[in-house]
Amino acid sequence: MTAYIFRRLLQTVGLLFFLSVILFGLVNAAPGGPITAYAGRRPRPEKIAQLKRQFGLDQPLPTQYLYWLIGNDWTTIDSNGDGIKDSAGLRKGVLRGDFGFSYRTRKPVLEEIQSRLPNTVYLMSITILVALLIAIPLGVYSAVKQYSSFDFFATTFSFAGQAIPEFWLGLILIIIFYAWLKNPWTGESLLPSGGISSLGSGFSLSDRLAHLILPVVTGTLGWIAWYSRFIRSSLLEILPLNYLRSARARGLTERIVVLKHALSNALIPIVTLIALDLPYIFTGAVLTETVFAWPGMGRLYYQAAIDRDYPLLLAVLIIGAAFIILCNLIADILYAYLDPRVRYE
Amino acid sequence: MIPQPSEFSIAIWKRFTRHRGAIIGMVIISLIILLCIFAFLSPFNPEKSSLAEKLLPPSSVHLLGTDALGRDLLTRILYGGRISLTVGGIAVAISLLIGVPIGALAGYYGGKIDSILMRITDAFLSLPSFLVLILLAAILREVELPILQRNSVLTISLVIGALSWMTFARLVRAAFLTLREMDYVSASRALGASDRRIMLGHILPNGIGVVIVEATLQLGYAIIQEAGLSFLNFGIQQPTPSWGNLIYAAQSHFTKYPWLAVFPGIAIFLTIVSVNYIGDGLRDAFDPYKVMEKVGEWT
Repeated sequence: MTAYIFRRLLQTVGLLFFLSVILFGLVNAAPGGPITAYAGRRPRPEKIAQLKRQFGLDQPLPTQYLYWLIGNDWTTIDSNGDGIKDSAGLRKGVLRGDFGFSYRTRKPVLEEIQSRLPNTVYLMSITILVALLIAIPLGVYSAVKQYSSFDFFATTFSFAGQAIPEFWLGLILIIIFYAWLKNPWTGESLLPSGGISSLGSGFSLSDRLAHLILPVVTGTLGWIAWYSRFIRSSLLEILPLNYLRSARARGLTERIVVLKHALSNALIPIVTLIALDLPYIFTGAVLTETVFAWPGMGRLYYQAAIDRDYPLLLAVLIIGAAFIILCNLIADILYAYLDPRVRYE
Repeated sequence: MIPQPSEFSIAIWKRFTRHRGAIIGMVIISLIILLCIFAFLSPFNPEKSSLAEKLLPPSSVHLLGTDALGRDLLTRILYGGRISLTVGGIAVAISLLIGVPIGALAGYYGGKIDSILMRITDAFLSLPSFLVLILLAAILREVELPILQRNSVLTISLVIGALSWMTFARLVRAAFLTLREMDYVSASRALGASDRRIMLGHILPNGIGVVIVEATLQLGYAIIQEAGLSFLNFGIQQPTPSWGNLIYAAQSHFTKYPWLAVFPGIAIFLTIVSVNYIGDGLRDAFDPYKVMEKVGEWT
């Protein structure tokens, strides 16, 4: 197993290198970039050339990639753009944890990410938690009562939940709970339409919760639909198995047979499924965050795409890909750990 | 001579028509497609603004009301449906064109070819796909290319398709891995059939079920992706309507004029639900055990 994990980690390094080359090329092949943002509306050609030298964009692409990857503090660069390489580089490179500066805010990319990441982790972990708390009972009951009217409604709900575009659901919820429904005591909107907390007031739990409700409901519906469906079919495969028949024959109640004996096996694929969905806790949900003006990773990325803030885009993509690959590995390991029939060499 | 449908395809059709959800889905999706095709019968122009009639609520003249530029919303939804459905269709066609050959070659030849192709598939699978979609759309919006005009239907479809072929590759590979060991494949190889003929004529038709089911589900997925992208204003650009950019345009005044956001979303919702039910029906219909039961009954 150790050898297997080690080999997979090596593959991960190779895969990330490959992806970083492609993404770097893609991002830098696009025209515009920081120049249009900095040079003003009708820049003089000399100004453009100077800016290009300052940002190091006059260098060939492989050199730019090298600087991005391992930094440029070992060589001299042209930091004032006068055409002479006379100052030492300051960048440490991605391998030493330096993702460069955001073109827009001129702050280090990692600082930008650190300021947004907690908000996304907060929203997404609650979203997924709520989804599981609802989806597991829903899926289990649906499977136990297969073809009942409850199962029919749960299945219909799940199909509907997977078909609702989340950004649209968000807007509908805002119409209902912000524009239409008013708080009977204060006359204000029942729920806020966006943001993580009210501006200008200190921390208050009820305010935080009020801001959380609509984004969580919006985000969680699709997950509930997806997980409950999965749990239902996973349990349906297990329920007819012999070991459960034996358990019933030993006189165990149906409740214990299902919740203890069947569910513990049915949840194995769910655990790996959750592991595969964990990267969303980092990348966030762009659409939900946009609808609710949630200051998280998704909106950070969206804004960066609008501003063509390439260092930031690249950092989110690479870190996101790294998360996905690692979570895949974790899912595989968990699967082997939880299900003794699965073995890797 | 007119080719007769085989017993196998009759069995599949019979099973499919027993799935109530799938039939309702078929009816709804056919209605939506017909309405979109005959959108030109609408007395209103989808792109010409008439400010005197702006932001009217639904009425007997404008069944779903009008938008901020006085354009009839129903007409725009129908024209937008043409765009959204076309993007969905082309995107799926593109991911089939990439995914099926990759899966077929990997599964059929195995060895080095398989491991190279599957590494590429893994690489694509480890990308945060919606974020890359945003990136590509943002880049292509700035570039002038010969066929791929800025954020045209074709460009958006291509980008969506290029990021969603991996499931096809995996499914087709798995099907080829099992089917290539079948006796009938060895038999046709012994008769001198070329690899190409074996792959296209003998193996692919037997693995087509999973591909059709997945293609149906991908159609819904592609439509939702386009809507999301256009909602972020990175997709189809105004004044051309698409279901996503209609909701994007509604954003600035949707609390006062809710119909602008509500109706395009209902169109997306109905389409995706129908498509998913059809996919579910097809999955049941193609389930080999159930089909064999059926064929067995008749022979």
